Amino acid sequence: MTTLIAILIDGAIYASWLFLVAAGMTIIYGVMRVLNMAHGSFYAIGAYSAASLVSWYFSSDQGNPYWSLLILPACAIVAGAIIGLFIEQGLLRFLHGRDEILMVIVTYALMLILEDATKLIWGVNPYFAYQPYKLLGQTGFGEHLRFANYDLMLIGIAIVIGLVAWAALNRTNKGRLLRAVIHDREIAIAMGVNVNAMFAATFVIGAILGALAGALTAPAISVSPGIGVEVIVLAFAVIVIGGLGSIGGAAAGALLVGLARSFAVHIAPEIELFVIYGVMFLVLAIRPQGLFGQTLARRI
Amino acid sequence: MSSILETRGLTRTFGAVVAAKELNVNILKGEVVGVIGSNGAGKTTFINMVTGYLPPSSGDILFDGKSVLGRKSRDITRMGMARSFQVAQLFPKLTVMENALVALVAAEGTQPSFLRRLDTPKRRDRADAIFAEFGVSRYRDALVSTVPQGVRKLVDIAMALVSRPRMLLLDEPTSGVSSEEKFALMDTVMAVVRQHGVTVLFVEHDMEIVARYVSRIMAFYSGEIIADGPPRSVLGNAKVQEFVVGHHLNVNAVLGATL
Amino acid sequence: MLFAKLSASATTPALLLMAAIFAASAWVMPAWLAFLLTLAFSKALVVLGVVIQMRAGLVSFGQALFYCVGGYGVGLASQYLGVSDAFALLALGTLAAIVLALICGWLLTRYRDIFYAMLTLALSMILYGILVKSSALGSTDGFNVSPPSFLGWVPEGDAIKRTLYLLTVGVSAIVALGFHSFMVSGLGRVTEAVRENEIRVEYLGLSPQRMLFANYVLAAGLSALGGGLTAMASGHIDPDMAFWTTSGEFVFIAILGGTGHVAAPFIGAIVFSVIRTFAIQEAPNTWQMTLGVILLALVLFLPKGLWSLVERSKKREASA
Repeated sequence: MTTLIAILIDGAIYASWLFLVAAGMTIIYGVMRVLNMAHGSFYAIGAYSAASLVSWYFSSDQGNPYWSLLILPACAIVAGAIIGLFIEQGLLRFLHGRDEILMVIVTYALMLILEDATKLIWGVNPYFAYQPYKLLGQTGFGEHLRFANYDLMLIGIAIVIGLVAWAALNRTNKGRLLRAVIHDREIAIAMGVNVNAMFAATFVIGAILGALAGALTAPAISVSPGIGVEVIVLAFAVIVIGGLGSIGGAAAGALLVGLARSFAVHIAPEIELFVIYGVMFLVLAIRPQGLFGQTLARRI
Repeated sequence: MSSILETRGLTRTFGAVVAAKELNVNILKGEVVGVIGSNGAGKTTFINMVTGYLPPSSGDILFDGKSVLGRKSRDITRMGMARSFQVAQLFPKLTVMENALVALVAAEGTQPSFLRRLDTPKRRDRADAIFAEFGVSRYRDALVSTVPQGVRKLVDIAMALVSRPRMLLLDEPTSGVSSEEKFALMDTVMAVVRQHGVTVLFVEHDMEIVARYVSRIMAFYSGEIIADGPPRSVLGNAKVQEFVVGHHLNVNAVLGATL
Repeated sequence: MLFAKLSASATTPALLLMAAIFAASAWVMPAWLAFLLTLAFSKALVVLGVVIQMRAGLVSFGQALFYCVGGYGVGLASQYLGVSDAFALLALGTLAAIVLALICGWLLTRYRDIFYAMLTLALSMILYGILVKSSALGSTDGFNVSPPSFLGWVPEGDAIKRTLYLLTVGVSAIVALGFHSFMVSGLGRVTEAVRENEIRVEYLGLSPQRMLFANYVLAAGLSALGGGLTAMASGHIDPDMAFWTTSGEFVFIAILGGTGHVAAPFIGAIVFSVIRTFAIQEAPNTWQMTLGVILLALVLFLPKGLWSLVERSKKREASA
């Protein structure tokens, strides 16, 4: 019974993390048809900025430690906005509508560049910013289970972001415009929607979300080179399971993968990696477009 | 005369849209059938279903008396039913000759070899003969993406004929072709087709072209066939005049232009 | 057009000539150069695997999977099966890769575009994960591969590297000739047709899937050859051979060279190895960045790779 609770809660925590990482990537694909391989770099940049700023905050003893919790999203928003705007306006803006595979290669090149850029800015030594993590304490379940409250908070944040994203897309005018663009770009342009502005906004939001995932994760890990790269394939697996472009899909995919992995970790740790990709291959074999994705057959 | 293509209760819906409603069609060997109807009436959907590209929602399709429901397009082509496309479906970065060579190797029935060349003298000769029949020889070595629309439509149809099908479905063979060239194109195609005794069904918007070549017309409207029979009766049908050809078509003049 | 015909038929003798020149130079070139070329040519074989799939319209971001299987096949057979003959080792590594490709290809060729790209990536990362976690296989350190024998003969000292170089040149020459013929074969050309218009190929009576499957397996075999040769030449195998950045290098070289001619991957691999040697010496922390910038420049301004420059100059000569 304890194991079951452990599996469920660990699963929920991991799922929340996956959702936060994958949400930005799926939004960018859904609107712009760009599979952003550099998303992991946004994650890394968010993590590094947060970790370095939090370290500085605590080392110079600025004040109330609880402010550090606000530094995390603040870093993410600023870092994500800067890098997102720079990339979209500096490069992607000129490549709208190009072949999807070409965009994968372009974003792959971006990732290579950003990986080294991160090393140049922050160096190769790991950063630690565990204070916010420890700050929130732990919660016990029964005699043997303890969970860090920080991790549990992640669940809450993931739910909030999911709901906000859903509401923004379905309940606001701008959101409806965005859905129109997702559905049929050409018609949206013909009807006067400022698609370029929407693309820029979408990419920046996606970048911020990626950076946010990194910033929120920073206190729980050692932030070092390569963390962005690990995240990319995982994120892809999640959004492909859920259906490219669907936020609900990203949530469903994250939940599925999170629980499956948690199950593996507790019961059969050797198959942890297999489980994640296994779920992906299984879902694709049954439903190639993912759980919430749409099939597009070519018209002839 | 025996039936070559038959559909029974063929239906296809896309959500709330009924693209094809209980179509019962029987085409006999050797017929030349014209299919008319406004855009969205279900003509291309019909061709897509019958050639295995689009699965029907319900109903059956019989080719030569055997059900081909659920068969893939490549199997149906091998069984003897070929088609051309509204927008010519070719290989843009390959030359016209290479396009034909691919069609030829496919028609041979075996898996393409990874040792032997595609470009053999025998295949070349056959391709050249086909180009001569269709009058496109001068475009032989040009990239498909550079040749005029009319030539593309001809190559599209030629490739469908390479496999010596028993039935040929042409989806708007003259669309995108200038009015002066429409008759030339159809004359060419129908001459080749008659030579090989192929049953033909073609979708067309130009009534003069339809009347010139067919012995039977099927008129589509909103997913249903509202008239099916000899040209005079179909073109004179009130519903057909209401929904397809308009009330001002001079049926006699159009039909007088036939052979 | 006459010029194009001439150069097309001149390829076979040109390839043989180049192979002969490279082989003959074995005795005069410095050891470091022979080693660099051995590794470059082995890489080129893997890149050919990527090129084969690109000609089919698919980008493989996980070709390192088969490169690694080829390398580990050689290493494991040498270490645990006691096989020491270079040809037998290569055959084993390649066979293992082909068996794996037959299984994976069945699933993979149902996908296209980004799905295909990312699924190949996922497969290679699964292998990486397995190798890293497997202490029996040396985990992250991998293990060493002892120098092979050649049909009974065991070279010593300098001769080891030279023989491996000659072996690599020989294998590359055979593969290059084979690929050149494959490009104009029935399967080779129809594969291009699948890239251009899959639906039409289906309507002509062929199975596009089967064709892509054949290409996938062929590419896997070639990549394993490259991996096996690398394992023997460098004397070491480790899980990094399957890491996604390794796959990325193969894609980079494929784009750098272009897909239009069999010589392109070889030229691309040599250029890449040279750039890399300099870059790692001069600016080790910006190697990835350098790659990224060049890759961007390539896809934006020279999408057909360096070979398109050769073609352009040929066209200019022909029309002059």
